[in-house]
Amino acid sequence: MTTAPASMAPREPVGFVQNRRLQMEIALLLLGLALLLLAPLFLSDFRLNQMGKFLTFAIVAIGIDLLWGYTGMLSLGQGVFFGLGGYAMAMYLKLHASGDALPDFMGWSGVTSLPWFWEPFRSPWFALPIAVIGPGILAFLFGYALFRSRVTGVYFSIVTQALALILSVFLVGQQAYTGGTNGLTNYTDLFGATLRSADTRQLLYFVTVSVLVITYAFARVVTGSRLGRVMIAVRDDEARARFTGYNVALVKASVFAVAGGLAGIGGALFVPQVGIISPANLGVVPSIEMVLWVAIGGRGTLAGAVIGALAVSWMRSTFSEAYPETWLYLLGAMFVASVVFVPKGVVGSAGPLIERLAGRSPWRFSRNAVRRTGESGPAVALGEGAPRGAEALAREGGSDGD
Amino acid sequence: MELFLSQVFNGLSVGSILLLVAIGLAFSFGLMGVINMAHGELIMVGAYSAYVMQSWLPTVIGDLGNDLYLPVALVLAFLMAALIGIVLERVLIRRLYGRPLDTLLATWGVSLFLQQAARSIFGAPNVQVVAPSWLRGGLEITSGLTLPYPRLFILALAITCLVGVYVYLFRTYRGRLIRAVMQDRQMAGALGVKTSQIDVSTFALASGLAGVAGCALALLGPIGPSLGTFYIVDAFLVVVLGGVGQLLGTVAAAVGIGVSTAAIEYQTSASLGKVLVFLLVILFLQWRPAGIIARRGR
Repeated sequence: MTTAPASMAPREPVGFVQNRRLQMEIALLLLGLALLLLAPLFLSDFRLNQMGKFLTFAIVAIGIDLLWGYTGMLSLGQGVFFGLGGYAMAMYLKLHASGDALPDFMGWSGVTSLPWFWEPFRSPWFALPIAVIGPGILAFLFGYALFRSRVTGVYFSIVTQALALILSVFLVGQQAYTGGTNGLTNYTDLFGATLRSADTRQLLYFVTVSVLVITYAFARVVTGSRLGRVMIAVRDDEARARFTGYNVALVKASVFAVAGGLAGIGGALFVPQVGIISPANLGVVPSIEMVLWVAIGGRGTLAGAVIGALAVSWMRSTFSEAYPETWLYLLGAMFVASVVFVPKGVVGSAGPLIERLAGRSPWRFSRNAVRRTGESGPAVALGEGAPRGAEALAREGGSDGD
Repeated sequence: MELFLSQVFNGLSVGSILLLVAIGLAFSFGLMGVINMAHGELIMVGAYSAYVMQSWLPTVIGDLGNDLYLPVALVLAFLMAALIGIVLERVLIRRLYGRPLDTLLATWGVSLFLQQAARSIFGAPNVQVVAPSWLRGGLEITSGLTLPYPRLFILALAITCLVGVYVYLFRTYRGRLIRAVMQDRQMAGALGVKTSQIDVSTFALASGLAGVAGCALALLGPIGPSLGTFYIVDAFLVVVLGGVGQLLGTVAAAVGIGVSTAAIEYQTSASLGKVLVFLLVILFLQWRPAGIIARRGR
């Protein structure tokens, strides 16, 4: 169980409790990993494939957590990067499936030759890297432009949401080149492995688990590093971080790029497992649902992001299969509850709750702290935050060598 | 010339629609700092009010109802949306002041709620509102150029709302209180203004304006539970581009986006036009991050 302070553990005096906490965290992580690896034994092929899909969401969620939970930028446009990664993969798979012929939907729209920007996607060695790098670069450029002119907070959210809207409008509108509302589907195989077969799906599942583990480890290293503390500083007091000498725009754009790249990876892994990508996977609505994963799981806790993505996706599939009518009510209630009742998310609340049950009550204090900061400035947006990065940095003199 | 005129009219028409949906947001977002993602659903409530009045009024007062339903619906739409706004503020938003991103997520949840509620009450398929007889047809300028009455009506309604809001905010006692609270909540409170009452009435007004907008939009096309989602993103973009809390900026942004959308969409295609206009907005924000009219800092 990662509580956020643990992410700074190496910097603080490592006492018995800290050690215990770290041991506990490692134990829980290994337990989770074991569950994921053993899942093929007790899940049907269909459920395993579904689980694989959820795990791609978890990769996206880790990116969002780095972005929102740690750096304080709420992007409502992560679907864009997820979608771009997915489309890059899908374009390759589609071309591969079509062989020498044009992709079927182009023929229906009266396109006679392959558009130039489709051409490079014939090669997987272009399509796969670009599925990650492309979204990353786009996020960096878009983000840097915004952050340089200090578009922050809700303005950033609104602009990214608009980005999600226009990408889906664009994809639907340019049907001849993008497949329109139907998206891209009907793939055959990836590197010779038939995508519909159970074996391939199992393999893809394990690939996804590995990528998730690597992503988690990467995020853990980043958040535990000096950069991680700068991120938290930017979140808690952007102006102070800037005056301390950090290039805030660069930090934010870089984190945005990483989150975009992770979303791209998620999208690229999503497509072969699900077999379709369409504008419905990347518009305004899916993008904001991605944020809910992290809000429910616990912003500022990496495990929370993963758990939130899995739990919400699982609930979506369970409830929308069984009670489609009530699902939207439930989803709406989750949004409200995640903000009003559990602003720290499930994982973020669990730690303090245990301590509270043990008799102490740090929860009450942090609640007051929010109300106090609530009147002023950007730190508020996070609600009850994890560690106070700016203060931590300042306390350490801002320039302690490593 | 004719083409140019029709382009200008198209632009103004799109702009007036944007203004109408954004003007309520200028209140809740601009003045109160609340990101109300359920604003689109309040628009939907307004649109369904028009639908309900259209079906119900003729059964009560006969044929006269077919002509009169629209003005009645405008009032009903305002009241219904304002009522929902009051409940929303009292129950939810009051807890979240000063946490704009949290209001964003919570009100998004509310919007899902309202959408599903509309689906349960009115059914998932779209319904149609037929313009009353006095709004059918159009004003013929030349033989090739006709300005449809519903569009002119929306233009007039947008201007009416704008003037109304301006007078209310800057020429009445109540409006002065609102501005006082939004500028310095503590000081206003210390001087005896009941700030929590001002909050709820401001939010109710913002919601009511969304209802009025929805009522007008009902004239333009079919109404469905997800009507609001088509407008919400654009509306927020208008407010951001205009400069948050700036009525005049909102107007300029709405007209600007409207005219450039009409012009670019004519040159290219609807989807490409939207992309290009968005890029223009981003470029503009590079140049003026705080919007067309920036709030003066202290």
